[in-house]
Amino acid sequence: MTVAQLGNNPGAGDVVAEKADVSHPRDEIVNHLSSLRAFAISLTGSPSAADDLVQDTIVKAWSNIDKFQAGTNMQAWMFTILRNTFYSDRRKHRREVPDPDGLHAASLFELPEHDGKLAFRDFHRAFLHLSAEHREVLILVGASGFSTEQTAEMIGIAVGTVKSRTSRARKRLAELMGLDAGDDSKSHSGRTTDTSNSATSRSAA
Amino acid sequence: MQQHMAADPKKSRVTEQIDENLKRVYEDLLKEEVPDRFKELLARLKDKEQGK
Repeated sequence: MTVAQLGNNPGAGDVVAEKADVSHPRDEIVNHLSSLRAFAISLTGSPSAADDLVQDTIVKAWSNIDKFQAGTNMQAWMFTILRNTFYSDRRKHRREVPDPDGLHAASLFELPEHDGKLAFRDFHRAFLHLSAEHREVLILVGASGFSTEQTAEMIGIAVGTVKSRTSRARKRLAELMGLDAGDDSKSHSGRTTDTSNSATSRSAA
Repeated sequence: MQQHMAADPKKSRVTEQIDENLKRVYEDLLKEEVPDRFKELLARLKDKEQGK
């Protein structure tokens, strides 16, 4: 009977335990590829730059796996590697943010819909005009479901800073679309020029 | 002076729409197919590890 119980636990106490089928954190990396890539595209605004970034992140996660603390959130750990890599690459190359008009969406501005809903393509375009720092915080807090605390830890800033940055990012996004995030009633006045600004900025590029 | 957006029961309609759209941006990205090169890379890393 005790033999049978032991049989339930293959690899226990023998050298094979290192082998792949006893789940090793490295085997978990593959589960996070699509979210890593989504986050990378949000940060870089470009699928090809994102793929390079994901590739570097995978290699770093693989070789630093001993620094991953079992039981903690692996997605958060890998996102942290990814964003740190992104910002340090950017510092190294000093290559400024590429022209968002040439990127991913390459969409034209649409007329606002009659029900006042934000046209999604406008939104996406405006999103790509934000700074990487703003896109980052909006995606982490607003879309991928990390808490403010987790986000603060990942970015390495205070919780309060995450909150104020998020609210500034939302405001900026609204501005880019000619809306006022703080007060809906004012959305029609004074901001109408934003749309044409964005439209003309295309030819300026 | 301090704003607590999340705690605000009637968070502005624009903010709400921004958050909806953000989720949609992210979900659309999640749906994209992951390029094979990543799984190939992981396989190569694994081979290298076991080869030693």
